Amino acid sequence: MSDVTLTPRRLAWQRRRKSAGRTWSQFRRHRTGMIGLGILAFFGLVALLAPVLAPHSMIEVTEATGGVLQPPSWEFPLGTDENGRSVLALLIWGARVSLLVGLLATAISMFLGTLIGLASGHYRNFFGAALFRITEWFLVVPFLPLAIVLASLLGRSLLNVAFVIGVTSWPATALLIRAQTLSIEGRPYLERARALGAGDWRQMSRHVLPNVMPMVFANTTLTVAIAILSETTLSFLGLGDPLRVSWGSMLDDAFQTGAITTGAWWYFLPPGICVILVVMSFTLIGQALEEVYNPRLRDRT
Amino acid sequence: MTAQTSTLLAEAETEANQPVQRRSGRWRYIGGKVLGSFGALMFVLVFNFFLFRVIPADPVRTLARNRLVSDKQVEELTRTLGLDQSLPRQFLTYLQNTFTGEFGLSFKYRQPVGDIILERLWPTLLLVGTSTILATVIGIYLGMVSAWNRGKLVDHMSTGFSLTLYSMPEWWLGLVFLAVFAVGAGPIPKLFPTGGLHSTDVDPTSFAGGLDTAWHLTLPVITLTLAYLAEYSLIMRSSLLDEMGEDYLTTARAKGLRDVYVRRRHATRNALLPTTTLVVLNLGFIVSGAITIETVFSIPGLGLLTTEALEVPDYPVLQGTFLFFSIAVILANLVSNLLYGLLDPRVRL
Repeated sequence: MSDVTLTPRRLAWQRRRKSAGRTWSQFRRHRTGMIGLGILAFFGLVALLAPVLAPHSMIEVTEATGGVLQPPSWEFPLGTDENGRSVLALLIWGARVSLLVGLLATAISMFLGTLIGLASGHYRNFFGAALFRITEWFLVVPFLPLAIVLASLLGRSLLNVAFVIGVTSWPATALLIRAQTLSIEGRPYLERARALGAGDWRQMSRHVLPNVMPMVFANTTLTVAIAILSETTLSFLGLGDPLRVSWGSMLDDAFQTGAITTGAWWYFLPPGICVILVVMSFTLIGQALEEVYNPRLRDRT
Repeated sequence: MTAQTSTLLAEAETEANQPVQRRSGRWRYIGGKVLGSFGALMFVLVFNFFLFRVIPADPVRTLARNRLVSDKQVEELTRTLGLDQSLPRQFLTYLQNTFTGEFGLSFKYRQPVGDIILERLWPTLLLVGTSTILATVIGIYLGMVSAWNRGKLVDHMSTGFSLTLYSMPEWWLGLVFLAVFAVGAGPIPKLFPTGGLHSTDVDPTSFAGGLDTAWHLTLPVITLTLAYLAEYSLIMRSSLLDEMGEDYLTTARAKGLRDVYVRRRHATRNALLPTTTLVVLNLGFIVSGAITIETVFSIPGLGLLTTEALEVPDYPVLQGTFLFFSIAVILANLVSNLLYGLLDPRVRL
């Protein structure tokens, strides 16, 4: 590294890499966080390898080979659904939709929340105050009823579900980012930047945002957990994409076709257990990250 | 939902911890909160208006989607919604209608939406009220036990239990209960009914009818209780742990007070503060949280009304219930803020 000229950019990257390494070594010490990461890696792999693990034809109703609601057997390790499809194959493909919607919704929510939180913390005028009020108002709009209304107005598709969840879950993030922004805005180096003539955009993007990022990151994992739960609930209520299988839509089908009353446990237990595992893994990772980034929490638990 | 409440709670706390300087602090606090709620209410009204009238290009068609609509019905709908008028004018009509309790006719039931909501309100209140009381009592107790035994087996078990419940869609737990206790699985016989509020052949106002309703509500109440218990126990645990580091507890112990006394009389009282606010705050959200549980157990409350309206789709009903759920949250929010001011002397002054 010594013969390479150290430009400011290179130096910044070096520092960032070092800090990421430090975070990782601290994170590794959290046993629960590592367990969460392990579970998540497993489900991520399953979702990515879905076409290899279970060819798409296995979840097509027209090509189903099993009987109706058949209990587990060697051919169908988790039994079959009401159309004779393998529940295991449905689960594998469901992982894709659940994770995808969860991540998409979180991306939307994080983008909106960070933008609005930063702006409402940075501008100390009417604009900032108005943004703060709006955030507060959106916080009291009950999530599920709003999501139901939006989903039924917009129609049923994968993107719409992600959009609905993203649009209804940003206020919590925005308030968190705003609080962080306010505490950073008071520090001397921001005063220096302002004295040197940095504009609003430069102050926000170059000085505040990098400091808020760790908090955003920890919050993101918690938001994904909530987004996946929301996707499952919306799909269960019949508001999901009718053309794709997700864990929520499996549970909806199981409920509608009477798998509960006929005791077809292989149909309704596995999707729920998968949801719990994934949500818990995100929660555990999020908690571990929060503790890494927020030293004050460390002696709490 | 849970993220929403915890954020609101954190906000209430930071506000409450700011010293109020004026003599008239108390009234300023109350006035500010009431005004804030009023603002939120206005926002919800405006939001509700735009949601149903501006997002869809042709509100009448959207409102009557999937139905055979005659010209006369379209005309009637256009008139009730005031769609033949200008937008500001429409908004005024809408406000007037809302404040006089006029929410239009349900497509499905052909009855005024206001009447339907009132009729469906009681099962929801019964379900939500019972579960809240149970969840609060058990949750606080669990939180206390795990805080006193911090790091021991009981604590790990209780925290793990709470975390699992927290990661679970509560309606899925309801499905499992339904399959195990209402249908019967293996050695477990059929113990409870699969749904409904009461049997059809019993008079719900008589004593036997009351018992019958209780029997029908057992599973849904247990499900909702478990769903909310987790959150209460986690918050009680962490606020007790916060209090345990405080100096006044050391003082109390140094005075020679017994440990049990210090815990019960000194620490618990202060730790109850955030939990109380959370419980009240949650009341608003729990009403809408009952949506899925009522669907699973087919209890004819507001939640089932909402999901049934989705199938039609019955937009006047959806609009009405959405407004109702929002107002519930705003009210709960206001009450919890006022309660915090009342309980915490630091904001009273």
